[in-house]
Amino acid sequence: MPSTTTSDNEKLASRRSTLAGLAFSLPAVAWIALFFAAPLVIMSVYSLMPLAGDGAFSLDNYRHFLGEPAYVQAIWNSVLTTAIVVVISLLLAYPFAYILAYKVPKRWQRLALACAILPFWTSYVVRSYAWLLVLAPTGIVNWVLMSLHITDHPITFAYNPGATDLGFVHFFIMLNALTIYANLVQINPRYVLAAQDLGASAWKSFIAVTLPLSIPGMTVGAFLTVVLCIGDFITPQILGGNKELLLPQVIMMQIQRQLDLPMASTMSLVLTLIVAVVYLALQRKMRMSRL
Amino acid sequence: MRWTQRLGNLVSGFYLTACYIFILLPVAVLILFSFQDGRLPVPPFHGPTLNWYITAISNDRLMAGLGNSLMVGLSSSALSVILGFLAAYGVSRYEFAGKRLLQGIIILPLAVSYLLVGMGLLVTISSLGLGPSLIMVVVGHVVINMPLAFAICLAQLGEHQRKIEWAARDLGASTFRVLTMVTMPMIAPAMIAAFCLCFTLSWDEFIIAFLVTRFDVTLPIVIWTMLRGGLNPQTNAVGSFIFLCSILLLIVVELLLFRKRS
Amino acid sequence: MTGQPHLDIANLRKIYSEVTALDDVSLAVEQGAYVVLLGPSGSGKTTLLSAIGGFIIPTSGRIGIAGKDVTTLAPAHRPTTTLFQDYALFPHMSVASNVGFGLKIRRVRGADYDKRIKGALDMVGLEGYGKRGIHELSGGQRQRVALARALVVEPEILLLDEPLGALDLNLRRQMQDELMDLQRRTGRSFVHVTHDQEEAMALASLIVVMNKGRIEDMGTPKRIYERPATRFTATFMGESTQIAGRISGGQNGVFNVATGIGHLQAVGDAGDGAEVTLILRPENILVGTAGDVGLGQARIREAVFQGAHYRVLASSESGGQDFVLRLPPDARVEQGMQIDLSCQSSRLVAVAR
Repeated sequence: MPSTTTSDNEKLASRRSTLAGLAFSLPAVAWIALFFAAPLVIMSVYSLMPLAGDGAFSLDNYRHFLGEPAYVQAIWNSVLTTAIVVVISLLLAYPFAYILAYKVPKRWQRLALACAILPFWTSYVVRSYAWLLVLAPTGIVNWVLMSLHITDHPITFAYNPGATDLGFVHFFIMLNALTIYANLVQINPRYVLAAQDLGASAWKSFIAVTLPLSIPGMTVGAFLTVVLCIGDFITPQILGGNKELLLPQVIMMQIQRQLDLPMASTMSLVLTLIVAVVYLALQRKMRMSRL
Repeated sequence: MRWTQRLGNLVSGFYLTACYIFILLPVAVLILFSFQDGRLPVPPFHGPTLNWYITAISNDRLMAGLGNSLMVGLSSSALSVILGFLAAYGVSRYEFAGKRLLQGIIILPLAVSYLLVGMGLLVTISSLGLGPSLIMVVVGHVVINMPLAFAICLAQLGEHQRKIEWAARDLGASTFRVLTMVTMPMIAPAMIAAFCLCFTLSWDEFIIAFLVTRFDVTLPIVIWTMLRGGLNPQTNAVGSFIFLCSILLLIVVELLLFRKRS
Repeated sequence: MTGQPHLDIANLRKIYSEVTALDDVSLAVEQGAYVVLLGPSGSGKTTLLSAIGGFIIPTSGRIGIAGKDVTTLAPAHRPTTTLFQDYALFPHMSVASNVGFGLKIRRVRGADYDKRIKGALDMVGLEGYGKRGIHELSGGQRQRVALARALVVEPEILLLDEPLGALDLNLRRQMQDELMDLQRRTGRSFVHVTHDQEEAMALASLIVVMNKGRIEDMGTPKRIYERPATRFTATFMGESTQIAGRISGGQNGVFNVATGIGHLQAVGDAGDGAEVTLILRPENILVGTAGDVGLGQARIREAVFQGAHYRVLASSESGGQDFVLRLPPDARVEQGMQIDLSCQSSRLVAVAR
């Protein structure tokens, strides 16, 4: 029988492999392309076609959006709020995650972690409502304060930007604690032992070894915080009291009151752009050898 | 240096407790005052009574919302897991050009906020002249959940599984047989866990559902409208119920994903 | 060999982007042989096995099994089954279901199905284990299940990928005996990959020594050990004393070789004037002048007691030649002791340098 002398066989095998691989992955990719990517394209087109225009492409929406002081204020509010939330959540979550990872006995860690992220599993809406319950004039905080005679009339904790921040921080402490914890438990404990063996104190070895190695966990947590916080409509709407509008609220107003989808598209795209910029700035720090 | 260690442990204990109190306070208040025997879910606490749960069950709009949430959750989770599993299988078992690109596209939705996904769908149905519907909610939930199902299945389809599939092929099995007799039974726990996770996330999701529906709505949206009426123990009851269901599902996930591994 | 060989490999090549894993490998084996592919890691033995099994598509060349060209066939369509290194048993199925998997694919059902599974389990010594789960079994038992699973479908060739590597010494010896027994009883061809030359010699009817993607030598264990064709084969199959030299004439397969320790008579296949290395196994070096080839005098450098003998390292007084030889356990050995060495010319083998 004649023998094959080229790598035709290999080409055939690799073609079979390509067809099979594509057949399996295409449905999922098609779904994303159709219902995520294509809509984004449509949104971009919309953003270039102002409601009051003559159907031609223009950057009017963008000019209007970035020129109107109220809108710019909303952008600024969102960015500032997100920044504050990221910093506070990280600062509070890190020690929490550290204690969970290193001080809590191993047997209880999974349970402790599960309890720590319990409220994660309530609906956004329900969670913000629950904070309203706590912070309301008749809520439990005021009730405790008045019972202890620290004040004699209720303090308005809710319906202001502070309450919004509180609601955000509550959620994102959990998220960041989760990502930082996942990073910390993955650090080889021998590194710290080696540092101490060479004479470093507990604090020094933390600063020099543990902290740098936990940067990916913090970065991923921070990025997720940015994505979720800057696009959140519910928390400010329920807790914020319409005092300082955030970008998602402005977007919703465009949809519900003004029925101006093109403008809403413009705003959403700008919001996404901000997130993309943050991603590009952070992406290098998010890599981990084994995440 | 034992006293510094002692002090450190004490401080840690305080901080841990403070964090837990902060984290669990709203949920505790929510659940506690769902049993309130009175008009307002605020202190002082009277009861407990199941009145508000009963009121909630007799609330037609709530029940309709619950039914819709179930339907959306089950269908979007099933689709997410099927598409995610197939894609994970294709990516992990075959070599082809552009594999990395395809993988990147599949997990892209994880990097954007739900608001963008919802807006995209809203703009699409508006431009196509379609009306709002629950179907679009299912579509949107698959977009946000399928990447997770993909990642979970991909993590399970490692080297170990690949060798066992080779053994099955060596014994004569076709690709279909390998999938149905070997691969899926082996990673069934992970697939079920992915299903439960997707369901929980769909069950709680607000913004996409809010943007693309009007009359047939999901449960979180019904709650949203209930919030107009101020603080009401019925809302507590519904919220607690949602929370409880999510927790139950997660216990199932925990048992499936983590116990089976040993 | 009557007619076509059972396993016929012709000019097989496998080239990855930077590495040539198989370089023009040809092999013809009759049915019912126990073939061992022997070599160090990277020699291509596992690549060759994978090519026979269909897990690797060769770059060029041809593989024929029982007269059929299988070069491009997928593993499912080849008349081979493989025993994988980590057994690859289906964890979610019982022992019986594992063994019966191939039968199910071939639509064997009912009484026939049960009978064949029982037969296979009996054959590997696991009667009655059908209902057990895989996780309940020890390593040795799992291997037997894997064997039963591979053999119950009656393949033309059973491929074994370093099956005994994970077992401890006693278990390994036991499994070697059982494998040989199984092969004889079923009469099927086995192709077995290992890097352990003792294992190869214990099991094989045909040893194929591989190195860097090529076949160095091929033959029965006895022939390969006593008359290796290449220096690599000689070194791989066991310890030896190696003496460099040049052939200066000879006839009828017996050569005169000029070496650093004098002119020696050796056997082998080489041409006049060729640079050769003479191979001498430790057990073939005689102390004294009993052998017909004198090796001169040497001084003992080191002697290690090994139970059945002393392993002795000695250096020649002149010519800078080291020897490794054996002395009986009750011999008098002292460091620095001078001894005369000799050997039979039929035991001194010349191979290409």
